Amino acid sequence: MAGKSPIGRINAYYWKHEGLGRALATALGFLLAGITLALIGFLAVKGLAAFTTGRVPFLAFLFSTKWAPDSDPPAFGILVFLVGSVLLSLLAIAISTPFSLATALFIAEISPKAGRRILQPAIEIFVGIPSVVYGWIGLSVLVPFIRKAFGGLGFSLLSGALVLAVMVFPTIASLSADAIRALPAEYREGSLALGATRWQTIRRVLLPAALPGILTGVVLGLARAFGEALAVQMVIGNRVRIPGRLTDAMANLTSLITMDMGNTVMGTPWNDALWSMALILLLLSCGFILLARAAGRKGAAR
Amino acid sequence: MNTRRTLSIVSVLAVAVAVVLAGCAAPTATTAPTGSNDPSATSGPLTGTVLAVGSSALQPLAQKAAELFMVAHSGVTVTVQGGGSGTGLTQVSTGNADIGNSDLYAEDKLDAATAATLVDHKVCVVGFAAVVHKDVAVTDLTQAQLIDIFTGRITNWKDVGGADEAIVLINRPASSGTRATFKKHALAGADEATGVALTEDSSGTVRSTVAGTPGAISYLALSYLDGSVNALSLDGNAANPENIASGKYPVWSYEHMYTKGEPAGAVKAFLDYLAGDVFKSSISDLGYIPVSDMKVSR
Repeated sequence: MAGKSPIGRINAYYWKHEGLGRALATALGFLLAGITLALIGFLAVKGLAAFTTGRVPFLAFLFSTKWAPDSDPPAFGILVFLVGSVLLSLLAIAISTPFSLATALFIAEISPKAGRRILQPAIEIFVGIPSVVYGWIGLSVLVPFIRKAFGGLGFSLLSGALVLAVMVFPTIASLSADAIRALPAEYREGSLALGATRWQTIRRVLLPAALPGILTGVVLGLARAFGEALAVQMVIGNRVRIPGRLTDAMANLTSLITMDMGNTVMGTPWNDALWSMALILLLLSCGFILLARAAGRKGAAR
Repeated sequence: MNTRRTLSIVSVLAVAVAVVLAGCAAPTATTAPTGSNDPSATSGPLTGTVLAVGSSALQPLAQKAAELFMVAHSGVTVTVQGGGSGTGLTQVSTGNADIGNSDLYAEDKLDAATAATLVDHKVCVVGFAAVVHKDVAVTDLTQAQLIDIFTGRITNWKDVGGADEAIVLINRPASSGTRATFKKHALAGADEATGVALTEDSSGTVRSTVAGTPGAISYLALSYLDGSVNALSLDGNAANPENIASGKYPVWSYEHMYTKGEPAGAVKAFLDYLAGDVFKSSISDLGYIPVSDMKVSR
């Protein structure tokens, strides 16, 4: 502990021009991290209660398709909802990714000027629309359309996936556009100098080089699709059965949680089971985010 | 994820704000600008706050009562929130709310020990009707037919005297008070078919879904009927206040306001107001039935 203590050097000038801002930023940053940790901890405690009290068997919870919480004895199998969530978000991503990528390419490569003036604001507006609006449009336009065009009830896997595809589009498009823009100009110039057309440059050079960034966007889009509740709940019909066809009604985790949470009493097995579902959603989202970071790191290493 | 989290954070904040406001309002109420120069305010010594949380079926009525009550008692702040019957019962039993609104008896939702700490105030009766899409020609069903439809044994309208059209079942979530009441009194407790029915979150979406889906059948509180769907009569008796009051039509339930222990002060005054003669006409206007009109009881 030789030398002058750093505290000795702190004076009013330092505090006013450096220390204050730094302390404030640090404190707020730590506070936010603390809130996140507290949230995860809270959810973990609530979510594990169903199993630690022994009222909901863990394996049956994950792997049973029988969801009858109001029967006697009650059954809490969430497989139908888990499979529903996975099917729905994967289908949404599959529909959304080609459109999002095309938009990203248009903005970043093909016509940056028009892209910046027209498409970029359009994407930002998409982000700002509340999900209940997507839900209402889905319910009043998409559901009747699908009923007429493809049969079934209209409330379906397909309706849910289409609504979600629109909702995740801004995430995938803007992250992909950023990834393509961030590529060094030499890639383009080198490719064009070798006689490649613009399309060949995009397909063989730019897209492969930007792939990690694009994948990050896709995975974050997947996480958003997985967690969306309100809009989806309004168009999928919430039928407790794994859908066999695209036009079948279905159910997923988030919509079940939102529908039942307010009507069940805290501390009952039913309510605990809903918290467990929320915990599973959180764990899966964390998994997606880790995946996205891994994809991003792989890109940085290249 | 974001939306759900935001929603829950917003609702938590809303409750927190309500609680804080409730705490702040008590000392400031007597010095409120409207009350300081108004002789009538000083003659009415009633001050305080009331927080009522729970059932969305009861919310319109509670909201109306709160508005009228606060006009008469400017020193009292009444806050009414939704959140569902389960939330209402939880919040009142933990002491976070003064009143817990519920469609169901507390004994049906809480464990016996917790339910015993709550005092039941029946504020009104609400009737429920089976409702169908407008193209369904059927106007009356027997209870046996209704049970067969909701348990999945009858799947086509032609089997109950209608056209050859598939029946589309639409349910409320299993935790819904409306569903529990309908199951108990209209379906005689029969378990609904699983994996067949669609589920809609609220009475509002049930109404728009039945109105928009050919062949659909579901059930709604009478206060939600607006002509966009057809209400069915049961065993020849129409679902209307007269038949419910006389006991001819069985599908109804009490709407409850629970307090933890006997109410006092502003909470008691508010509950008395809801049960009083002045408010009775508002109850009928909003599509509910005053308890005093009932010739039968449960």
